[in-house]
Amino acid sequence: MAEKKEIPFRGAGFTYSPVAYIAPIVFVVLIAALEWGTRTEFISNLTLPRPSGVYEAFVELYETGLLFKHLGPSLARLFIGSLIGISLGVAVGVMIGLFNYVRAGLLPVVAALFPVPKIALLPLFVIWFGIDEGSKYALIALGTFTPTVIATYAAVDNVDRNLIRMGQSFGLSWFSIVRKIVLPGALPGIISGLRISFAIGLILLVAAEMLGAEYGIGAYVLEAGSLYDLERLFAGVTILSFIGVMINWLSGIIERRVLSWRT
Amino acid sequence: MNLHIDNVSHSYGQTEVLNNINIEIEKNEIVCIVGPSGCGKSTLLRLIGGLEKPSRGKIFQIGDAPSNSLNPLTYIFQDFALLPWMSVYDNISLVLEDHDLTKKEIKEIVDDVLKRTKLSDFKDVLPKNLSGGMKQRVAIARALSVRPAVMLMDEPLSALDSQTREFLMDDLVSLWEKEKFTACYVTHNLSEAVRLGHKVIVLGSRPSRIQEVISIDIPLSKRKEHAAQLQEKQNYLWNLMKEEAMQADEEVING
Repeated sequence: MAEKKEIPFRGAGFTYSPVAYIAPIVFVVLIAALEWGTRTEFISNLTLPRPSGVYEAFVELYETGLLFKHLGPSLARLFIGSLIGISLGVAVGVMIGLFNYVRAGLLPVVAALFPVPKIALLPLFVIWFGIDEGSKYALIALGTFTPTVIATYAAVDNVDRNLIRMGQSFGLSWFSIVRKIVLPGALPGIISGLRISFAIGLILLVAAEMLGAEYGIGAYVLEAGSLYDLERLFAGVTILSFIGVMINWLSGIIERRVLSWRT
Repeated sequence: MNLHIDNVSHSYGQTEVLNNINIEIEKNEIVCIVGPSGCGKSTLLRLIGGLEKPSRGKIFQIGDAPSNSLNPLTYIFQDFALLPWMSVYDNISLVLEDHDLTKKEIKEIVDDVLKRTKLSDFKDVLPKNLSGGMKQRVAIARALSVRPAVMLMDEPLSALDSQTREFLMDDLVSLWEKEKFTACYVTHNLSEAVRLGHKVIVLGSRPSRIQEVISIDIPLSKRKEHAAQLQEKQNYLWNLMKEEAMQADEEVING
């Protein structure tokens, strides 16, 4: 009889499976290494601050009440600016997706606006909207507007044509098709566009605050930087990173809630 | 209400897909259209329902649709075309909401069609949690809800496995027996055509013209008992189509 051999398994790898405990370990190891390096002066204090020093700076910020004095205006600017930019962006994006004339007229304008580094427009916005909050809202709004428009009209374009045809074949009104088929169908694309818009909003927030603000995380970071106070600079950067992570986490929750119908 | 397809030809750009098609679809009769892939069967169906305009020729309705019909020409699609974000119930009520009906009337209609398609227990389920066969039953229920005068069925069973296909064919037959409907049924599957069609129209490959029209007189509910006769019809149809199908297969697909 012929020899009997087990067939070797060769299908391993290339599949994704979550490993939950790795992420905290990476952070702990990274921070511990920095702490050790700065304490033993393997890493010079001029290069990187000591993590415990950053923590102390953060505690000080909290205890003096300055944390919320900086965080409050920053979050308000981010929220109001993004709200204006995103709602206008979704509206314009839907119009571009639905109407040929709007597309022909506005798409070139959006395409021209998109690559402009919005920070370059800040001086202009200061003239237009004043040195106060207005120019910051405008900057963040413009920065979130263009990527939202592009994500939205692409999402509208990508709605399953068969579903629209189904709506037409059942004699649904144009308005019903838009409201019940096109908009919900475009929602996944719009929401994933919002993540990008918020990230851009955060960058512009800091840029705007660095150019002229009394309070705000950006102003705090700039001040710490110019005094070469690395501990406070890093405390500010950590807060920014935290805001970014929170936004991502929140969008994840919203996505799972609103888009639970996706397979 | 009858439909009359009068000398219809259709082209996409330079390519002529349909050539001089004449078909008569009579009330309460199921007309099956078969033909090799790419012969323009689905195009023909879209023309009949007014989703596309024929390049030449006209499509007429003879007589009025029953006054209670909400959407006289109603499609059933191969890919079901259910909205994934709506429950079974909402998917059906969707097509009723634009008509002059109260909430209560809509609910009555939806509950009735769900009962007729044996879907009452699934009305709150999302499409992603349904099997292919169940999805198509929802689509059939949705089509029935608007009381169509003619159902336009575009390969409705082609996305399903063969067992499910059997079940749904039985369902369609019993729905037809209970309440007669008119249908134009496009398929490439000859066994479906001989099981469900009172008339089978064979289209040739591009530009398609009608090759032959055959009638099958056995009542729909008795067809399973006459398997041999059906097989004969099916073989006859296959012989008609064989060469065209082979040609169609070898053709280079250009968009």
